Amino acid sequence: MNTDVPPDESSPPHRAGSDVPFFAGLLLLSGVYVFLILAMVLANTAYTSLDIFARTLASPEIQYAIKLSLITCSITTVLSLWVATALGYCMSRFEFRGKSLLDSVLDIPIVLPPLVIGLSLLILFRSPPGIWFEEHFKAITGYRITYAVPGVILAQFMVACAFAVRTMRATFDEIPARREQVALTLGCTRSQAFWSVSLPEARRGLLVAATLAWARSLGEFGPILIFAGATRMKTEVMPTSVFLQMSIGDIESAVAVSMLMILAAMAVLLVVRFWGSESYVR
Amino acid sequence: MIRLQDVSIQAGEFRLNSISLTIPTGEYGILMGKTGCGKTTLLEGVCGLKRVTTGTITLGDRDVTRLKPGERGIGFVPQESALFTTMTVYEHLAFALSVRGWKKPAIAARVDELASMLGISHLLQRFPFGLSGGESQRVALGRALSFRPRILCLDEPLSALDHDTRLEICDLLAEVQRTMGVTVLHITHDPNEASRLAHCIFRLDSSAIQAIPLQTDASISL
Repeated sequence: MNTDVPPDESSPPHRAGSDVPFFAGLLLLSGVYVFLILAMVLANTAYTSLDIFARTLASPEIQYAIKLSLITCSITTVLSLWVATALGYCMSRFEFRGKSLLDSVLDIPIVLPPLVIGLSLLILFRSPPGIWFEEHFKAITGYRITYAVPGVILAQFMVACAFAVRTMRATFDEIPARREQVALTLGCTRSQAFWSVSLPEARRGLLVAATLAWARSLGEFGPILIFAGATRMKTEVMPTSVFLQMSIGDIESAVAVSMLMILAAMAVLLVVRFWGSESYVR
Repeated sequence: MIRLQDVSIQAGEFRLNSISLTIPTGEYGILMGKTGCGKTTLLEGVCGLKRVTTGTITLGDRDVTRLKPGERGIGFVPQESALFTTMTVYEHLAFALSVRGWKKPAIAARVDELASMLGISHLLQRFPFGLSGGESQRVALGRALSFRPRILCLDEPLSALDHDTRLEICDLLAEVQRTMGVTVLHITHDPNEASRLAHCIFRLDSSAIQAIPLQTDASISL
């Protein structure tokens, strides 16, 4: 057949093939993953019962772990927000030499295996400057850092803060610098423009960053295990409880604590979904 | 008076070289030029938002070249209004006055005066979300004028407006300039806008700035 000849009016109209295989492929590939997520959560739910839940929650060790998790996660979140707001703002607003290098450095806690973060922290605090810092910290606060609660917070902070920084940078990227510049022409100092114009506009981002940092620290396990240990009633947080219960063969309790963490994670997801996508309307 | 003498500004790769212009006190100066020729950069230099590498900027009888933006006494209206999304219209008009430590009754009186002059009294409790383009520009203009600056810098304030609103705001700008006696530097692409408002017109191209005689402004082309 000569394809150079244009089709004349008598030739049959072009028929586009069916779209069914394309959509079937999309559905299959997406469906498998979504199914696995839901099945995993459902299996966990089905494995436990209210009795086991109540028994687990009655244990003083688990109560301590829940309390320690809530306290350390909240402290980590507050620390992360301060640092992430400053770093996110700098990365979004200023151009400077070495910015791309700094950007890569900020990704290190995200890409490093968690265990390596814990190990690196431990080695840092075994080096002369680390030992010096820990001694002074203990002299001032009365707490050690390694194998103690401050170590739990530092281990959580190292990872959670990196996620908060990413969120805050994206938040400030979305807020036009022009508004701050107008505030400057109206008589503000840089600090006044930041506190009165940019930060209020970043409040949804702050909430999302706080929620992500909190959730991230709640699930942190590897660095805490290495840097702060897994001592009952001392440095045991909820993921540590799961690990310790599993290691003594009490799978039911491990699942019950997991369920608590799943519920917390879902609450976080809801907050992020609600505040992260709602357009600003007042 | 706005006077630029041999002003050069470096903005990334872009550079404006040796720009000089003078807008006499109380006059309406229009700056025209092709997109990307550096009009906004020049305006930012005047406002103190871009650092001037050489030359001097004089506003009235003050050399402001090294002053911070907030010390120059310039009302700035950017192209996209840049309203503060978390503040009401009232708070916009009161913002510069609060920064200057005005007392609440004085602020309220000034906001009332501005709002009635700009026809936005009914919007005072609204947030920027949902304001029309014309309303937003009136608020941005009010915010810039609130602290009674002697100089007003406008960066294409009418470009995002429909034809009727554009004429309306154009008349408002002329009236504001006349009644408040401010010296204006206004960037625009639109020759009609220029001929309606200007006391003096300048055209900026890639290498230089030139004053365009007013009598020929009807034939301004870019």
